[in-house]
Amino acid sequence: MCLVQLWNKCALLLIAFIFVPSPSIPVVKATELVKKYKEFSAVDGISFEIASGESFGFLGPNGAGKSTTMRMIGAVSTRTSGELSVVGLDPNNYGPEIRSQLGVVPQSDNLDTELRVRENLIVYGRYFGLGRSFLSSKADELLEFAQLKDKAKERIDDLSGGMKRRLTIARALINDPRILLLDEPTTGLDPQARHILWDRLFRLKEQGTTLILTTHYMDEAEQLCDRLVVIDKGKIMAEGSPASLIRKYSSREVLELRFGSEHNAKVAKKVDGIGERVEVLPDRILIYSENGEATLKQITDLGLNPLTSLVRRSSLEDVFLRLTGRSLIE
Amino acid sequence: MTNTAIPGAPGETLESPATAKAMAGGIKLRRYGSWYVAEHRLRSMRSYLQTMIATGIGTPVLYLYAMGVGLATLVDADQGQGLDKVSYLIFVAPALICSAALTIATEEFSYPIMLGFKWNPTFFGMNAAGLQGGQIINGVTYSVIIRLVVQSSVYYLFMLLFHAIPSPLGWLSIFVAVLTGTAIGTLLMAYATRLEEDKGQFNYIMRFGIIPLTLFSGTFFPLAALPTWLHWIGWISPLWHGTELARVFAFNYPEPIWLTVIHVLYLIVLTWVGWWLARRLAIRRLNK
Repeated sequence: MCLVQLWNKCALLLIAFIFVPSPSIPVVKATELVKKYKEFSAVDGISFEIASGESFGFLGPNGAGKSTTMRMIGAVSTRTSGELSVVGLDPNNYGPEIRSQLGVVPQSDNLDTELRVRENLIVYGRYFGLGRSFLSSKADELLEFAQLKDKAKERIDDLSGGMKRRLTIARALINDPRILLLDEPTTGLDPQARHILWDRLFRLKEQGTTLILTTHYMDEAEQLCDRLVVIDKGKIMAEGSPASLIRKYSSREVLELRFGSEHNAKVAKKVDGIGERVEVLPDRILIYSENGEATLKQITDLGLNPLTSLVRRSSLEDVFLRLTGRSLIE
Repeated sequence: MTNTAIPGAPGETLESPATAKAMAGGIKLRRYGSWYVAEHRLRSMRSYLQTMIATGIGTPVLYLYAMGVGLATLVDADQGQGLDKVSYLIFVAPALICSAALTIATEEFSYPIMLGFKWNPTFFGMNAAGLQGGQIINGVTYSVIIRLVVQSSVYYLFMLLFHAIPSPLGWLSIFVAVLTGTAIGTLLMAYATRLEEDKGQFNYIMRFGIIPLTLFSGTFFPLAALPTWLHWIGWISPLWHGTELARVFAFNYPEPIWLTVIHVLYLIVLTWVGWWLARRLAIRRLNK
């Protein structure tokens, strides 16, 4: 074999190594996962896989089974049936092992109010057996990350809701987790606090942390998730990236019309057939179409004059409405 | 990909470096988890350190002074040789150290448990971080035992200062006091672990359980001084068993050996039952 051929072969191998993706091992794999409380199925046979480094979301209304699924992934709730593996281990048998690799941000903050801000981080780090000197510098680093450095010695009760949430996220990062579980991370926060939190989560995502989150906020899901499942009544209704779900289950634009709550139903009959689809909600009518402005012109040409009109792009809320016939936030 | 056997997991195979890292991460958690919880609880106790110091010093000083200088003067004068052929102070001091431990155990095994499960659910945070329900209960128990040992040791020192311990084996009353505290405390912990809502139950337990127990457990006077039909309260009371046992070590208290053995066994069994129940209930409560 001449040198040129050898060189070509090596080059091809190098290209293959760099550009051909290796099959990614899922960090979480669920098959027909079920969780029952007596006769009630909170999670009813769901299957999904989450790849390492992925940002994966469970989108659904309250009571859909999101948090229950998260608790099973977090190895703190025993499944009723089905298969589940997290970092290659069965949570039923290897709870502490799995949890040593997780960072958990629960739905309600459970920071220790008897300890100061910085102490909360250190004590939590001790749960993983981390050394005190390591934790001392790690706590400072995380306080910086959470923009809470000047609050290090404050009492927990003196922090705002957004600060507590950021501290809870910082606490979840104390063990450099492979997977970060976030259950409704921004519920109850004001818009500014939400955006700060999203920014922190983006940074983690960039660093390669696998994010698994539940939310009933469509904008949050769109902002943070590479891929998500829409979940309702314990079942998965759809799965895909936010953009692909919107493409598949909704039109490009939505025209929102308000005629007054007493008139919406009557007007809906008149606009039937306009656009791709019409949804009548108690407070407004939604008309799905590719061009919202053109659709609005069609409406006014019919002599209908809405009290308010709004053209917006389709969102995951519309996907959920299409899939379940219900709104996400009820 | 090479498959390697996971240590301690027969039949399982290692799928990836992540799995191996998780297996390694679990070792410390399983081995020392209870102590991490104890460390947390001890840190939390610092938030009421001043109260602990005040009661730790104030209680023995006040009680020993009141009993030894106040009430003892009357009792000793009335009884001639005091009670059980010793001064009233020597008679009552072992009961006081046990009673003080009981009070602390009642506090530490009730509200902090309710706090961790309900009001400020830190136990769920611990569990999410890898600690198991049983370890959380162990850790709380260890921390309370540490507090009881410190508190009872301080009490013992004051008893020495008041010349209330004539026997060289008197120091064993420290551990009897701790055991008395845990005998009731762990049962209370099991109850608190199961409790979903506090509607004043702990207050009832204190007022109608612990305080009457203190009065009818041969604490301030011998059980024999009570009418026979009330003796059963003493027999089931861990405080009576603890007090009698502490008296055996504190002075030459006349008691058959079999009864001393029963005191020890009774306190150990109650502690174990409460501890075991609390662990089971905690595991169930955390696994929602």
